[in-house]
Amino acid sequence: MTDSRRIMVKVNGVDYERLVEPRQLRVDFLRDDLELIGTHFGCEHGICGSCTVLFNGRAVRSCLMFAVQADGADILTVEGLADGKQLHPLQVAFREKHGLQCGFCTPGMLMTAYEFLNENSNPSEEEVRKNMSGVLCRCTGYKQVVDSVMEAAQQMRNK
Amino acid sequence: MKPCAFEYFNPQSVQEAIALLDRYGDEAKIIAGGQSLVPMMNFRLARPEILIDITGIKKLEYIKTEGDELVIGALARERDIEQSPLVVEKWPILSKAISFIGHSAIRNRGTIGGSLVHADPSAEIPTSLCALNGNVKVVGPSGEKILQPEEFFMTYLTTSLEPSDLLVEVRIPALPEKTGWSFGELSRRSGDFAIVAVGILLFTETTGVCREARISMGGVAPTPVRAEEAEALLAGQKITEKLIAEAAQQAAEETDTEPDYHASAEYRMEMARVFVKRGLQEACNMLNGGQ
Ligand SMILES: Cc1cc2nc3c(=O)[nH]c(=O)nc-3n(C[C@H](O)[C@H](O)[C@H](O)COP(=O)(O)OP(=O)(O)OC[C@H]3O[C@@H](n4cnc5c(N)ncnc54)[C@H](O)[C@@H]3O)c2cc1C
Ligand code: FES
Ligand code: FES
Repeated sequence: MTDSRRIMVKVNGVDYERLVEPRQLRVDFLRDDLELIGTHFGCEHGICGSCTVLFNGRAVRSCLMFAVQADGADILTVEGLADGKQLHPLQVAFREKHGLQCGFCTPGMLMTAYEFLNENSNPSEEEVRKNMSGVLCRCTGYKQVVDSVMEAAQQMRNK
Repeated sequence: MKPCAFEYFNPQSVQEAIALLDRYGDEAKIIAGGQSLVPMMNFRLARPEILIDITGIKKLEYIKTEGDELVIGALARERDIEQSPLVVEKWPILSKAISFIGHSAIRNRGTIGGSLVHADPSAEIPTSLCALNGNVKVVGPSGEKILQPEEFFMTYLTTSLEPSDLLVEVRIPALPEKTGWSFGELSRRSGDFAIVAVGILLFTETTGVCREARISMGGVAPTPVRAEEAEALLAGQKITEKLIAEAAQQAAEETDTEPDYHASAEYRMEMARVFVKRGLQEACNMLNGGQ
């Protein structure tokens, strides 16, 4: 085992200080060390998108980064979306429009859509399809996912 | 699987990074965006003992002009280049090409330097660098050198970089005012690596007459290639549908394809013809429409 490093990281607004082994992936750090198991882990090589989190405001694959690289970073995971008991409009829309079935892909879908809607509050359905194509879903057939993101966009604009 | 254990360094300057590379040689690997390297580490296809994370070298993230050249630091993120107003306005083919890379979350991390050094023959950045006649600046223990694409890309996933070299900068010459361009590719699913990628630039002075044509093809040879004979067919000529069809056929014959899991050699060749033809038509329409 190589020397562990001390990192300081903010996750969902909470500061953590931890010792990590360099080879530990970010996703394992979130799940095993911080016990934030909302972030899912599928393919381990960047394809499926289920591990997507926000890293300093940008959507990234947490299976393609090491925990040591998070020193000083600000991370948002699916656990940080809701405001207390008040679900985020994206979460509400996914529930209402049946944007999930088993829910495995959902954390990645939500975090991907979150960044996307921050950048483009009034997207076309085509743009939603293109952007959400980076997360694989084996259940929904994607139509409901697209509907959910369109619905959330509208709700967020109306606010 | 999980990556093998390694020792981690995060140098804050180019000098520091090169000193580390020089000290550890073959045992060390650079990590930039990690979007090609980490998948290989997760599968243990790459097992570096030393990982040198260069993302702390913030001063290599620039996207700017010097004179009329576009100059991009090795650590500029693919997404930042894609969205850069400067690139969108003056080198739109580069922005368009990058938009085909994986997905936004991949482009948020992946860097221009990493994509070039990874040297996948179907990758969009290497293919557009060839069309744009760009070059790369490399720094090593013995100094600096500038490499043209043909001196840099050797074969599949292989460049002429020495183990202690660092790619630091990419330079792209200005495009003339009357430029028609296109970038297109074939992939099975949105975001997949291209089976064939084609970047085209057409320069003109007199309406309808092509002064110079550049056709760069990815995915059809061990490195991205320029279809030089097809380009020669177009140079100095009035562009007609017939000439476009001939040039596209010629370009397809300049490929050096091998069958793989994704496509047979014949299919790649045929798709090169189709995408060069469409690309030339698109670039031509842009020139005609713009006048
Ligand atoms: C799901 C997925 C889909 C993708 N789809 C595409 C696609 O369609 N098209 C495409 O082109 N790419 C695609 N990629 C790859 C992506 O573009 C990578 O970002 C890029 O190939 C490598 O850039 P990086 O900064 O991530 O490099 P890294 O992975 O960090 O490094 C790649 C290699 O380059 C070396 N290196 C990096 N920077 C330097 C430097 N400055 N000097 C010397 N050596 C250096 C590293 O040691 C390593 O060997 C995809 C990746 C994923 C995970
Ligand atoms: S687990 Fe990270 S993209 Fe699949
Ligand atoms: S809801 Fe099951 S994978 Fe998407």
